[in-house]
Amino acid sequence: MNHSATEEHHKLLSEHFGVTTTPGQFTVALAGNPNVGKSTVFNALTGLHQHTGNWPGKTVDNAQGSFTYLDRSFLMVDLPGTYSILAHTVEEQVARDFICFGKPDATLVVLDATCLERNLNLALQVMEITPKAIVCVNLIDEAEKKNIKINIAALEKDLGVPVIATAARSGMGLDALRQKLYEMSIGSCLTTPRQIAYSPEVENAIQQLLPNISRLIGPKLNPRWVALRLLDGDQAFINSITHYLDFDLHLAHLQEVAV
Amino acid sequence: MKTAITTIPLSTLGIGSACQIVSLNLQGLLRRRILDLGMVPGTPVRCIRKSPAGDPVAYMVRDTLIALRSEDASQIHVNPM
Repeated sequence: MNHSATEEHHKLLSEHFGVTTTPGQFTVALAGNPNVGKSTVFNALTGLHQHTGNWPGKTVDNAQGSFTYLDRSFLMVDLPGTYSILAHTVEEQVARDFICFGKPDATLVVLDATCLERNLNLALQVMEITPKAIVCVNLIDEAEKKNIKINIAALEKDLGVPVIATAARSGMGLDALRQKLYEMSIGSCLTTPRQIAYSPEVENAIQQLLPNISRLIGPKLNPRWVALRLLDGDQAFINSITHYLDFDLHLAHLQEVAV
Repeated sequence: MKTAITTIPLSTLGIGSACQIVSLNLQGLLRRRILDLGMVPGTPVRCIRKSPAGDPVAYMVRDTLIALRSEDASQIHVNPM
């Protein structure tokens, strides 16, 4: 990112999300279902150096904290716990908008090892938005107690993004997590996030939309994901695009593309 | 050869009975919500208990207990197992 783009990004983060980063500081978004120990991971990583604030115009609290690893500073943003980020509640919209428009250097998705299947929905949704995703399988100690064994290597291979097993309460796996967040943020960790293949009709429609979407939004957002949201008829998302990307001029085009 | 399958609304499932979701006759946000909770076609569901008034009803879905209004559950078509 060049200098002016960095400045613009700082401005977007502080104006829209109330997140102020220091120069050179990486941002990490923390997403997860409710009750997966997301806040435990957050507190364990940041050592409770958190302060809470409000998202501007929203009533949902967000927590931010920082930590330093290998001489680099990381600002961690604890997003509201949600089952989905397809934005039908304010919490989901906040989480979605931050991952999508806040462009964090890494997005950590915390999953509950004792009900992995249900939690993977959110991980897959995040992986549709950003390739900079890391999956944290938390409560691995609880899973062991319930005799649930998780093949982390196989999961990592299937998902195409790094997977780290943690028991945040006892501190297990946190070093590996910091290391992976560091690698992801400096760009030395390349991922191939598994993408959901939809029905042929939907895939055809996506292919038709892609050229126009790529032309309009360039590299700012993942065009495939934008195509899916437009096909979904997600008006809240179109509003968000207008809001965060100053897209007024192109809104008419976007809707044209969608029809 | 396609065999005809008779489906029933989830709301008619008795306590303790299990079924498999066939289709969701729901639209918009509620449909999205139900899908996000892991209730997709093919998902096994067990009826666990009913509230005193019989509505809502608690269902076990993917190791999670989910309460649904009868009104919504009646729009979910299932295959009893």
